[in-house]
Amino acid sequence: MRSTPELDARSGLEKLATYPYQILTWVDDGGYPVSVAVDARINPGDLSAKFDAPSGLTVPTDREVSLTGSHIHPQPGYGYDERRHVTVWGPATVSGATVAVAGRTAWGWDESEVPFFEYSERSVGKSRAYFDALSAERGTPVKPRLSLGFLTLRTTRLPFLTATIVPVTLGILIAASHGFFDPIAALLTIIGACFVQLGLNVANDVFDTLSGADDANVTPTQFSGGSRVIQYGLVSLRQMATLSTVFYVLAGLIGLILLATHGSTALLVIGVVGFIVSLGYTAPPLKFVYRGLGEFAVALGFGPLMLLGAYVVQTGGALAWEPFVASIPVALLVALILYVNEIPDRRGDARAGKRTLPVRFSETAVIAGYNVAVAAAYVVLVAGVVAGVLPIPVLLMLLTIPLALKVSRGLAPNYENPYGLMAIMGINVQLHLRAGLLLLGAYLIVLILGAVAPTVSLFIG
Amino acid sequence: MAIIPEPVTQLLDAALVGELTVVDGNGRPVTYPLIPLWDGEKVYLTSSSLFSRKLEHIRGNPKVSLSITDPESVGGAIDRATIQGDARVIEEDPHGGWERLLPIWEKKEPSIVYFLKARVALPLFFERALIEITPRRVLFWSGGDTSAAPVVTSVGTEAA
Repeated sequence: MRSTPELDARSGLEKLATYPYQILTWVDDGGYPVSVAVDARINPGDLSAKFDAPSGLTVPTDREVSLTGSHIHPQPGYGYDERRHVTVWGPATVSGATVAVAGRTAWGWDESEVPFFEYSERSVGKSRAYFDALSAERGTPVKPRLSLGFLTLRTTRLPFLTATIVPVTLGILIAASHGFFDPIAALLTIIGACFVQLGLNVANDVFDTLSGADDANVTPTQFSGGSRVIQYGLVSLRQMATLSTVFYVLAGLIGLILLATHGSTALLVIGVVGFIVSLGYTAPPLKFVYRGLGEFAVALGFGPLMLLGAYVVQTGGALAWEPFVASIPVALLVALILYVNEIPDRRGDARAGKRTLPVRFSETAVIAGYNVAVAAAYVVLVAGVVAGVLPIPVLLMLLTIPLALKVSRGLAPNYENPYGLMAIMGINVQLHLRAGLLLLGAYLIVLILGAVAPTVSLFIG
Repeated sequence: MAIIPEPVTQLLDAALVGELTVVDGNGRPVTYPLIPLWDGEKVYLTSSSLFSRKLEHIRGNPKVSLSITDPESVGGAIDRATIQGDARVIEEDPHGGWERLLPIWEKKEPSIVYFLKARVALPLFFERALIEITPRRVLFWSGGDTSAAPVVTSVGTEAA
C-alpha cells in the first residue's frame, strides 16, 4: 500500500512552483549531500526548473540532483499545521551562470490531501517491516508496546461499555419500579453483559482482520475502524481470539449462575438469542454485519435483549410492555452510533465485502436514514408516554434533541472527511449516553416518588 | 566536542523543522523534513517506525546533511545553513529510548509531552529510532543570501 499518492514529475514541479523557494540538493564528491536554497523558475510544461548557479558551489551534471519544497506553519506551543513537502529529481545541466534541472520523478506529501492520521495508517506496513527487520537482526522478537492500561483500553474498547451499562441498568431500574430488585443479581447481570460486549468487541477485531476489513481501512478514527491492535502488532490474532473466548466464557458462566438462581424460559431465550446475535455479528456463518444486518443486530442486542434480559432476571421471568417500549429509543440510538461510525469505514468495508448501510446507500439516503431513525427514537418515547406505557419523567430524554440536531446537521459537511466526522461521531456517542442517563434519572424519579408519594401516578391515563 | 559556529547553533536551537537529506541505494539524495535537536555536541533527529525508510538509507550510507532554510520554522531568523555529517541510527529501545531527548524537544515544541501522554491514540508514531549526526562540515549563509558563497567550516573535534 502506498503511503502517499503517486506523483509524476509534472505534478511535482507544479507543486514545487508554489513554494517561495526551493532547496537544491546533490551528493558531493565526498559522498555527503549538499543543500542550498535557490529561487527556481519552474516550467512544468517542459518539465524544467532553472535557477542561478549557487555561488561558491559546483552543481554536478553527472548525477541526479533534487529540488525540494518544504513548508510547515508552526502553531506556537502546539505543533504545526499546513505541513507539506515535495521533491523532484532529475539531471542538471549548467549553462553559464544558469542551472537547469530536468524533472524525471517526484515524491511528496501534503496533509491537505492526505491527512496525517491517514498517512500514518497507510504507513503501518512500513512499521511492521521495521520491527520484522529489527527482530531478525537481534534474533529475538522486537515489538511495539503500550502500557498495560493503555493496551487494555485500546484492545477492549472499554469506554464503549456505556452501550451495555445503559440498557442493563435501565432494565434493572424498571424492574425495581415494578417491585423487583435483587442487588446481587443486578450486579452479576451488569458484569455478565459487559463481558458479552467485551467478547464482541474483541471478536469483531479478530473477524475484521481475517476478512481484511480492518487492513483495508486507512481512515480509522477513535470511534471506528476497530481497535487496530492486531494491525499495529501490539497483540497477536491468536491472543485476541483467546481474549474474546475468555470474555465469552466468563459471560457464559455468569449467565449460567443467573439461570440457576433466577432462571426462566424468557431468560434462557434472551440469553441464547443474545449469544447468537453477539457472536454472529461478525463471525461466520451468520456474519450479520457482512449481510447489511449489523445495525439491526446491534439495535436488537444493545436494546431489547440487554434491557429485557436485565428485567427478567429481576422479575423471575415476567415480561411487560414497559421495558420493551423503553428499549426502543435506546436501541435506535445505539444502532445510530454504529451507523454513523460506519460512514468513514465504508470504503474499507466495501472492499472487504461488508454490506453495511452506508456501503449500500447514497450519502443522501444515509443522512435521511439517520434523521428518520433519530426522530423515531423520540416519537416512540412520546408515544409510549401518551399511551400510558412509559412514565412521564422519561420525557427528560427530549433534552437531548439539540445533540441529535447537531449530529444531523454535521453529517453532510463532513461526509467525505473522516477526521471532521470524528467530532460528530463523538456527539453521537454522547447523544446515546446522555439519553440513557436521562432515562435512568427518570426511573430514579419514579422510584423515589413511588417511595415518598405512592398515590401519585406518573403515567397518563 | 564538535565546534559549530555559534550562528548555526542558534539556528539549530530555534528550528522547528530542518531538512534531513540521506543518500538512497542509487546514490540519490532523499530529503525529509524533521525537527532537529541539538545537545551542544551532536544533532539528533527522531524517526517514527511508520516513516522508517530513511533509517534503511542511513544504515546503507551514513553520510547525511541537515539544512535549515525556512525563516518561518526558526522564528523569523533569516540565516541559512547546511550541516554535513555522519549519522548513526540508535534503536536499542524504540519504545522509550528516544525519550532521553524529550527535554530538548519539549523546549522547542511543548505540546510533544501532551501528545506523548495520549500515545494510546497513535502508538506506532511514538515507536521511534534516534538519528545521531556527528557534524563534519558546515555551510553558512549569513542573512540567508544563497547568491553569495557560503562560509564553510570544517568541524574538528577536540577532547571534551
